[in-house]
Amino acid sequence: MTETPDPAVPQLDAEALKARKRRNLWLGLALAGFVVLVMITTVIRLNTGIGVSERM
Amino acid sequence: MTDAVILPQKRHATAVDYLNLMKPRIMMLVVFTGFAGLVAASSMTGIAIHPAMAAIATLAVALGSGAAGAINMWYDSDIDAVMTRTSTRPIPSGAVPREEALALGLIMSGVSVMLMWLASNWLAAGLLAFSIFYYGVIYTMWLKRATPQNIVIGGGAGAFPPVIGWAAVTGNIPLDAWILFAIIFFWTPPHFWALSLLAHKEYAKVSVPMLPVTHGAKVTRQQILIYTLVLVPVSLLPLATGLGGWIYGAAALGLGATFLAYAVRLIRSNAGDANAAGADMKLARNTFVFSILYLFALFGAVLVEHAAGLHFPLTGL
Repeated sequence: MTETPDPAVPQLDAEALKARKRRNLWLGLALAGFVVLVMITTVIRLNTGIGVSERM
Repeated sequence: MTDAVILPQKRHATAVDYLNLMKPRIMMLVVFTGFAGLVAASSMTGIAIHPAMAAIATLAVALGSGAAGAINMWYDSDIDAVMTRTSTRPIPSGAVPREEALALGLIMSGVSVMLMWLASNWLAAGLLAFSIFYYGVIYTMWLKRATPQNIVIGGGAGAFPPVIGWAAVTGNIPLDAWILFAIIFFWTPPHFWALSLLAHKEYAKVSVPMLPVTHGAKVTRQQILIYTLVLVPVSLLPLATGLGGWIYGAAALGLGATFLAYAVRLIRSNAGDANAAGADMKLARNTFVFSILYLFALFGAVLVEHAAGLHFPLTGL
């Protein structure tokens, strides 16, 4: 028994798949960068006490 | 007979397409003026900002600018497709779907404002959020297609970066920050109208009421001169408050005199008219290019004085 492709799902050619993989890679890198930046700001705020008084 | 709609040929987006969606050239100017405001604030008030926080705040300004650019391209993709100058942009060229551009703009808006708040304070983050709204909604959606004053009022959006940079350091917005705002605010109309003298036929094609389209090239050239005449004294205000020193003063005078010379030559020319000669259009192009150099050099002078310890104010002499 063979699986027939769902006509509602667009079939991507090799070039489209490659482009999607590249986009996903950039998206992953951007997300990782965002996490690193949040971590850096958090560490600096904790070390320097920035924002402590304004939240008390 | 039916109207033929030419759909863009679909192509696969590259990282460069997404970068172009963020209007990188505008982003450079935004980052530069924002960073100059940040450095000047630290130097003038003696308040230090952690270098990493300063870098992240500057990045937040860049991302905010990119977000506003993406929202602008999403909304304007219909007219971008018609104008030759903008037809190769990522959406009309078929590289990036409209909804992706909007999603990118909205997500980056949130990320940039959050990063700004984490790296500095709520005031700078709020100003950044407002400037994105100003460009993406007030200018792009409300003003651009509604009034020939679109550039004048909309210019406020691009004038915010030094104010944001200043607020990121100090948590307030003193007069000096608003003077830097005013310089960019009064610089924007002559800068953009010089370009619109070159591209007014394109704007007419898509019914965008730029000044040369609604009032003609002659009125536009007059307005360029009027705004330049206002810009030059405004650019000298930092000398009165002590924000600008000798280097800034010399730069503001030299650059202002040159900008005025361009505006005077422009008003004597036929640039933008139907019978404009090649030299007239070249003059409009040169005025546009010089206006970019003007802002870079003026804020460069602020940066050099305050970052390199070369700030010798005239006041108090």
